[in-house]
Amino acid sequence: MALTVSAPSPGDVTADIPEEVAGRSLWQITWNRIRHDRTAMVCLVVVLMYYAVALLAGPIMVRLGIDPYSFDGSAVSDNAGAPYGAWGGISREHLLGVEWGTGRDILAQLLNGLRISLFIATVSTIAVVVLGIVFGIISGYSRGVVDTMIGWLIDIILAFPFILLVLALSGVMTQRLEAMGVPEGNPARITCLIVLFSVFGWTYLARLIRGQILSLREKEFIESAVSMGSGTTRILFKELLPNLWPTIIVYTTITLPVYISTEAAFAYLGVGTLPPDVTFGAMLGNSVGYFRAVPSYLFIPGTLLVVLVVAFSLLGDAVRDALDPRAGRV
Amino acid sequence: MTQLNEASPVQDDAVLRVTDLRTWFPVKSRGLLRRKIGDVKAVDGISLSVAPGETLGLVGESGCGKSTAGRTMLKLIDPTSGSVELNGRDITHLSRKEMVPLRREAQMIFQDPYNSLNPRHTVGTIIGTPFRVQGVDPAGGVKAAVQQLMERVGLNPEHYNRYPNEFSGGQRQRIGVARAIALQPKLIVCDEPVSALDVSIQAQVVNLLADLQDEFGMSYILVAHDLSVVRHISDRVAVMYLGHIMELAPRSDLYERPLHPYTHALLSSVPVPEPGAAAKRERILLQGDLPSPINPPSGCVFNTRCWKVQEQCRVDVPLLREYQPGHFLACHFPEEKLHIGETIVGPQAPLVDNDYSLQSPEERAEEAARARRGEAWERDEPGDFGLGSKIQ
Repeated sequence: MALTVSAPSPGDVTADIPEEVAGRSLWQITWNRIRHDRTAMVCLVVVLMYYAVALLAGPIMVRLGIDPYSFDGSAVSDNAGAPYGAWGGISREHLLGVEWGTGRDILAQLLNGLRISLFIATVSTIAVVVLGIVFGIISGYSRGVVDTMIGWLIDIILAFPFILLVLALSGVMTQRLEAMGVPEGNPARITCLIVLFSVFGWTYLARLIRGQILSLREKEFIESAVSMGSGTTRILFKELLPNLWPTIIVYTTITLPVYISTEAAFAYLGVGTLPPDVTFGAMLGNSVGYFRAVPSYLFIPGTLLVVLVVAFSLLGDAVRDALDPRAGRV
Repeated sequence: MTQLNEASPVQDDAVLRVTDLRTWFPVKSRGLLRRKIGDVKAVDGISLSVAPGETLGLVGESGCGKSTAGRTMLKLIDPTSGSVELNGRDITHLSRKEMVPLRREAQMIFQDPYNSLNPRHTVGTIIGTPFRVQGVDPAGGVKAAVQQLMERVGLNPEHYNRYPNEFSGGQRQRIGVARAIALQPKLIVCDEPVSALDVSIQAQVVNLLADLQDEFGMSYILVAHDLSVVRHISDRVAVMYLGHIMELAPRSDLYERPLHPYTHALLSSVPVPEPGAAAKRERILLQGDLPSPINPPSGCVFNTRCWKVQEQCRVDVPLLREYQPGHFLACHFPEEKLHIGETIVGPQAPLVDNDYSLQSPEERAEEAARARRGEAWERDEPGDFGLGSKIQ
């Protein structure tokens, strides 16, 4: 082998690269891909609008002069409680109609319910992601006995029938939480749901992260960090964590809509907030009895729920594709 | 056990002194108990030293323990026994924390430029990491120092904010070099620094390493299997085989007057792009595989494949002795003559069973017997731990 080439000057090596000082980070590349994905952008706008409406629910209700609690006897008939007017009593005062029997404003209930649903789903997702990262990193980086123990814990948690357990535990747990000082009623019920969702939800992400850590920790850049004298904390948070963000982001955007629909399912089954603070699921449950008379009572919350979950799920898919275009769709 | 005679390969006043270093990896049985059933003797008693400003080449075939040796010298792997001294300080038993300040003096360049740079960090962050980790605050700030380094290794300093995936293999290896020289260490272990690069780029990187050595005067340990690269840049060369040093000599001595039968074989395996060259060279063909480092042969570890093997080689372990001034050798029957134009074929080495996961010697024997009978060789795949891969 001839080794006669002299060390090139700086200009030679980089001459073929156009002058451009800033590099493109993963986020810039991802955002660029999402920006050119029409479905993703539409879904992003829809999701952001839902959040904006949920955050501004209070002022909107004040502006419209409605609230989810007050009865409006003038909007329903005295004997059967049926709303006056077409489509469940849609009128200037009640833009989406009123509830059968009580005359409570449906738009106000939707705004209020959206606020609660998104709160439960968002906080649960954050808790699940944090727990998943912590357990996944500990499990993958420590290996050995700790890894085995966490593996068993995950197996045990996955072995429990989640829905039955939530139905069975929610009553007892709500009382416990109230005894521990959480305000009675809905705050305790919401906390209970979030705790149950979090405790049973982190296992999938933990396994995902563990697998990634196991493969990442064998890469030479980790050894190189050790050879420079980096401590464990630095390796975990500065070297490994940045490589896990894509997984975490994708998991988060895919999990959030799952919790929205799960919350709705439990509300439908009667686990969740007490009336008059009803969420979409509970409204769907209530509407079943009046479906033939007032179909709009079923369709309005149903449509809003479907749009939210579908938009969120499509956004999650788009984020996944943007972060890793090589991973083909199944 | 390597007994060092009066002329030891370990010099005083060296940057790095390695004495009788062993790195063994335990082999555990499967199942719950995980009993230890043996050791992979990756490095088994090597002694050497590296003088200031010197380049020591460490060559040998795949699996001979040269990379493990390099990593053990930097305490990236803990040694099983023996001692490592860096700048006169014994670092063998220092903990990972105690090693941190010493990491400044010894750095490493890695083989795979696609794996050794964190894909989520910019070049600026990568080259600046040694400063941050070691708490060094260069005059003019980290960014200026990093850009200076980038310029020195032949990268455009304006690419400070770029990511590794925006560079070619050779440029990435330059990033690795810049990171290694950032704190001006006294010693750099280069683990196959060019084997992942195109031949045309290899020369550039090797010459860059040589230039940097002239400028900063650091020592290199160059772990490589490419004998031409080693010859180009090394002052002395150590030949390793199955965890042992077989021969350690100044470059010209080793390449022109090899003494160990293994070195003869190794040098004769280098392809020469010249018609008719075969007639001017010796041709030594070794047969069979490297023996298992779990169960190395008795006596000289090379005896299963050596073309000069005699009964003594199967019994006595040859010691690394100074055979000629500066020329160390571990062999009972050194070969001074070059067999130009001849073809010598070594003995057929016994079959090597490299399945480290078998549980007992009996099972291993049974497996070997089955293999000899030509039956289908079934074995379990390693357990599927990558649970993540199953989940979308």
